[in-house]
Amino acid sequence: MKPFTYERAASPAEAAAAVSRRPGAKFIAGGTNLLDLMKLQIEAPGHLIDVNGLGLDTIEETPEGGLRIGALVRNTDLAADRRVRRDYGVLSRAISAGASGQIRNKATTAGNLLQRTRCPYFYDTNMACNKRRPGSGCAAIGGYTRQLAVIGTSEACIATHPSDMAVGMRVLDAVVETVKPDATTRRIPMAEFHRLPGETPERETALEAGELITAVTLPKPVGGAQIYRKVRDRASYAFALVSVAAVIQRDGTGAVALGGVAHKPWRVEAAETEMPRGAKAVTERLLDGARPTHENAFKVRLAERTLASAMAEARG
Amino acid sequence: MNPDDLELSRRGLLAVATATASTLSLSETAMAQGSAPAAAQVAPTLSKVSFRVNGAVREMEVDTRTTLLDALREHLQLTGSKKGCDHGQCGACTVMVDGRRVYSCLTLAVMHEGDAVTTIEGLGTPENLHAMQAAFVKHDGYQCGYCTPGQICASVAVLQEIRAGVPSHVTANLNETPQVTADEIRERMSGNICRCGAYSNIVEAITEVAGRQA
Repeated sequence: MKPFTYERAASPAEAAAAVSRRPGAKFIAGGTNLLDLMKLQIEAPGHLIDVNGLGLDTIEETPEGGLRIGALVRNTDLAADRRVRRDYGVLSRAISAGASGQIRNKATTAGNLLQRTRCPYFYDTNMACNKRRPGSGCAAIGGYTRQLAVIGTSEACIATHPSDMAVGMRVLDAVVETVKPDATTRRIPMAEFHRLPGETPERETALEAGELITAVTLPKPVGGAQIYRKVRDRASYAFALVSVAAVIQRDGTGAVALGGVAHKPWRVEAAETEMPRGAKAVTERLLDGARPTHENAFKVRLAERTLASAMAEARG
Repeated sequence: MNPDDLELSRRGLLAVATATASTLSLSETAMAQGSAPAAAQVAPTLSKVSFRVNGAVREMEVDTRTTLLDALREHLQLTGSKKGCDHGQCGACTVMVDGRRVYSCLTLAVMHEGDAVTTIEGLGTPENLHAMQAAFVKHDGYQCGYCTPGQICASVAVLQEIRAGVPSHVTANLNETPQVTADEIRERMSGNICRCGAYSNIVEAITEVAGRQA
């Protein structure tokens, strides 16, 4: 790990201003991803701003009938919240499907959204990676791609976003709330929060320099059968090959988002009009334009079958 | 990471490199090849921190890079917590902070000012074993023993999490209190790896303690 200085932030706006003042400074909350990457010198911030003391760790009901989840609410607490379990089951399920108990006890709502890809070429500092070193190329393309993205990819990057929680938030139309270094705030819909890689895969989110996530809001509950189905190489503590977050109403309509297939939680609202016609019809539109490799082409059929399984569960 | 930051970082690095060329270390080569937002080269920073370990207040001055695990093992000589992978993948370093299990290798010591840390040394002693330690002995919940302190700390916390109603991936009904079943224990213990494969005996040990607590 490279040496760094450390301070504890006193308020969200001050934290944002402090990061923007110091080139190479980063926020740290749970630290479960950042410290791992710092040990490997994939991340090397010269200054850490600890935001754990900012409060932002409560879940409150909004005037609209939804929930406002503080950025520092730990994954365990979010998954266990009585209101989340009752009204947003797909989110509770998605979180419980990710990582291990020890990680979920530390990892925060904001940090989960901001975690970096687990692409093996991002982790191997001997390899070219446009995320790690912009302009160096992508060693994953033409390499070992079984885990990697099948849609929304570019010539610069085929990494996936590893979060389960984010897939649940995407299907629930969550909104990310932030504060900027000038103390202004904004709301970013989950649909726009994570970016596709394009030519700048090192830019993973819509956040600007120094911008700090303060909360994630959920709209009022939509009911329905809420299902998160994750397929992985071992039964627990592994990243998804494919995951499906689905909210399915009694009349067969609903919403679906996929994890493990793209640089962001993958949802195409237009495909959801096909929900009453079944998983094949939905997946054909949802993954229209997919460009899988020979090693990960299985993900396209796996997504269809996993969605079919979720739909069957919803029918009961 | 924002590309603007990266540009600033590179400029910052160049500026500092020019100013302090005579004091740069060998690691500069590695830094120049690294990808990451290269921070301006800085000397190690020492910081004071104070937290409670197994009931006693411990104060120390550590390099900010020191993980909680290294603070426990190297500064406080509490070597029960083990370093396996040092990347949060194996669970050998599991301790409890304010009653919750965490990987002590993935958190910085300076981030625990005022916290209460419980390690395997704080759960029981050879003369007065914690119930979970006794159950691991009785059921042969180990072979080489390296993962055992982490397994036991995790086990104690897992039973508390079930009692507190924290759901798991295998909990059938999210709106009911989870039960202590073998499936629940296996799922909840998945963040602790045992290379010797003592898993089935570990499940038996935890099940016995859960039954005793019920």
